[in-house]
Amino acid sequence: MLLDEAPTQGRKFEKVCAILDRNGRQPSRLIPILQAVQEEYRYLPEEVLTFVATSLNVPPARVFGVATFYAHFALKPKGKYVVRLCDGTACHVKQSIPILEALRNKLGLSEQKPTTPDMLFTVETVACLGACGLAPVMVINEEVHGQMTPEAAVRLVEEIAKKETDGATARASDGGANHV
Amino acid sequence: MFKDGGTVNGNGKKGVRRIIICAGTGCVANGAYKVYDAFVEQIRAAGLPLVVEMRKENQKKDGVAVTKSGCQGFCQMGPLVTVMPENILYTKVRPEDVKEIVSATLQMGMVVDRLLYVDPATARRCTGPAEIPFYQRQQRFVLRDCGFIDPESLEEYIEHGGYKAARRAYLEMTPAQIVEEVTRSGLRGRGGGGFPTGRKWEAARQQPGGKKYVICNADEGDPGAFMNRSVMEGNPHSVIEGLMIAARAIGADEAVVYVRTEYPLAVKRLRRAVEDAEKAGLLGDNLFGSGLGLRCQIMEGAGAFVCGEETAMIASIEGHRGMPRPKPPFPAQSGLWGRPTIINNVETLAHVVRIINEGGASFRRLGTQGSPGTKTFALTGHVANTGLIEVPFGTTLREVVLNIGGGVTGKDGTIDPEGFKAVQIGGPSGGCLTKDHLDLPLDFDSLKSVGAMVGSGGLVVMNRNTCMVSVARFFMDFTQRESCGKCVLCREGTRQMLSLMDDIMEGRGTPQTLELLAKLGGAVQKGSLCGLGKTAPNPVLSTLRYFRDEYEAHVNHKCCPTGQCKALAKPWINPEKCKGCGLCARKCAVNAITGEKRKPYHIDQEKCIKCGACAEACKFAAVEGI
Repeated sequence: MLLDEAPTQGRKFEKVCAILDRNGRQPSRLIPILQAVQEEYRYLPEEVLTFVATSLNVPPARVFGVATFYAHFALKPKGKYVVRLCDGTACHVKQSIPILEALRNKLGLSEQKPTTPDMLFTVETVACLGACGLAPVMVINEEVHGQMTPEAAVRLVEEIAKKETDGATARASDGGANHV
Repeated sequence: MFKDGGTVNGNGKKGVRRIIICAGTGCVANGAYKVYDAFVEQIRAAGLPLVVEMRKENQKKDGVAVTKSGCQGFCQMGPLVTVMPENILYTKVRPEDVKEIVSATLQMGMVVDRLLYVDPATARRCTGPAEIPFYQRQQRFVLRDCGFIDPESLEEYIEHGGYKAARRAYLEMTPAQIVEEVTRSGLRGRGGGGFPTGRKWEAARQQPGGKKYVICNADEGDPGAFMNRSVMEGNPHSVIEGLMIAARAIGADEAVVYVRTEYPLAVKRLRRAVEDAEKAGLLGDNLFGSGLGLRCQIMEGAGAFVCGEETAMIASIEGHRGMPRPKPPFPAQSGLWGRPTIINNVETLAHVVRIINEGGASFRRLGTQGSPGTKTFALTGHVANTGLIEVPFGTTLREVVLNIGGGVTGKDGTIDPEGFKAVQIGGPSGGCLTKDHLDLPLDFDSLKSVGAMVGSGGLVVMNRNTCMVSVARFFMDFTQRESCGKCVLCREGTRQMLSLMDDIMEGRGTPQTLELLAKLGGAVQKGSLCGLGKTAPNPVLSTLRYFRDEYEAHVNHKCCPTGQCKALAKPWINPEKCKGCGLCARKCAVNAITGEKRKPYHIDQEKCIKCGACAEACKFAAVEGI
């Protein structure tokens, strides 16, 4: 991930240029371009948005307008694990909110503060994921977990956190030689 | 379910047997891929010949084919495994169960009883879909091949008659004939509005030549609906074939599928289907030697509900914020890049394929006069069998919820015969149906007459423990967040309606609040440009109409009849259950609980903030009313 590599400006824009070229530098391809940029950085850094606007020869306001209009785009970095809780109708009537509250309590998060300071977890809600047969549904990165309960959700997050600390200790005892 | 593929064979006879593993989103989440791997491994371990692809030449061979299918609809019971040709359906299969299925069913021809579905109504074990009421009572057309064919195999789609209709449309029919056939079928758009598809196509066909576009609306944003997802995941080629027919009918040479980014599996399968079709020459130039071409691109949405509206979707494809514009001009006159464009829903396009294959008259045989054909519904919420169903228009709500759905489930998840309270149909644009509507036929016009709508087909069943005010607030919150902000009454009106709902739920409501809510709702409907704003007040207005007593309890008595609205809760300690341990008092953040050790404690209502910490802490369930 580029985020972990502390990129230099030049390298950063190199990837953006490749994305722009792949889309023929067409302003009409703005949404696919931003999607690709977000896939690369896990969010849309402000300087990249300005760069995209200049490259496409459109006002930055248009790029920011699009980036802020769509729920899928994030202007702030997200955690390594994005926990998305479905709040579609079926999940809602099957009590998805207590799960959300349990997760936020556990990680000390709120609607205004969705990401943990260590950048490990982001907790957010998402419009219907279309897996209503399994309501309530939670997705961690790409993995779907159905028929959730507050206890099971907290357990999953605890397991990930444990795996991460174990991994970090193992890396530290290696003398940091195996950094990705 | 079993069709003409493969020869019927008993155990040990020649011919291929087939294991179909449902690989829809639901079953995959429950571990369907692991079950698939386990089958491959166990079949190899048992020394049975394994056939990986279902090709024609393989069907005469001896062996077992293991294939994946799209959503079979019975999501709650997943992962689902079907053994052909016996048509045995195993439910909730774990990788550990696979060894037994291989040895018992494949090698000895026996059924593994413990993995069969048990009908909760009769406690009978059902061997296959033919015996399960959930499937028995449906009529699956759009979904017929979903759950049977491998969605990632173009060959298999073609073997099941795929691309025959497109071929006919390009070689044997004129655009006018295609439109005529679709008009004759009476097909109405399945995306929610119910506009006659034939009329839409005719308007675009009559536009003078030049560039035209067809768009498939796969931005299924209604919370609680997943019909389109299942079709795209289960039979993606049917969507592309439908697009080809639509393109031929209006003379378009470019197609766009605008699909929700929240459906990664559907995106993947559609992309694969387009690539395969291009490689096979089914998309590209000179289709079927007709001299006409069609290019198709897949565009992923970026999470805006309003983009399901035609003109907003066009703006989004053009790289702008998804904001609707006034109509006319209609997209059929001036759409994408100012050119004539038609936009059809996934399910509509899948129906078109059948109409061209079997004729418009045959399509009319099912459904009602005003709403011909079948409709898929996503059945979810407090119902025993959640999943995807397809029934003819005109089927009653009773049949769908109580017979196909298997009844309403109560608080503990078991069937509650008296539990039915309401059904929310049509998502945030729709309305509620009550007990009085159980015998109402589900079709475009009957639903409209009672203030609801078919919408895209989400049916959320709610039991008697559900607070209808809270449900209406949920939808209001959704539309308020999704309003694009263009029309003042939609942007500000929905926000004010939401805060009125909060007043009601938090004990600040008065009878005037209800009047204001109804009045404002009417204004939002009138003052909004697109369908989002025009329908946003529906959930509130329809619950106000059918569940007024519940609203009145909230405003007049400051009480929520179901106990769901926390702010109105009045927690109290049942002296008969309280052991006087004092744990609740220690947990209370505002010191609202007092008492003496070993005597019942007491909650001061003035101080209580209704956080529920006491109820959570109590080991004897003595805190009640929250």
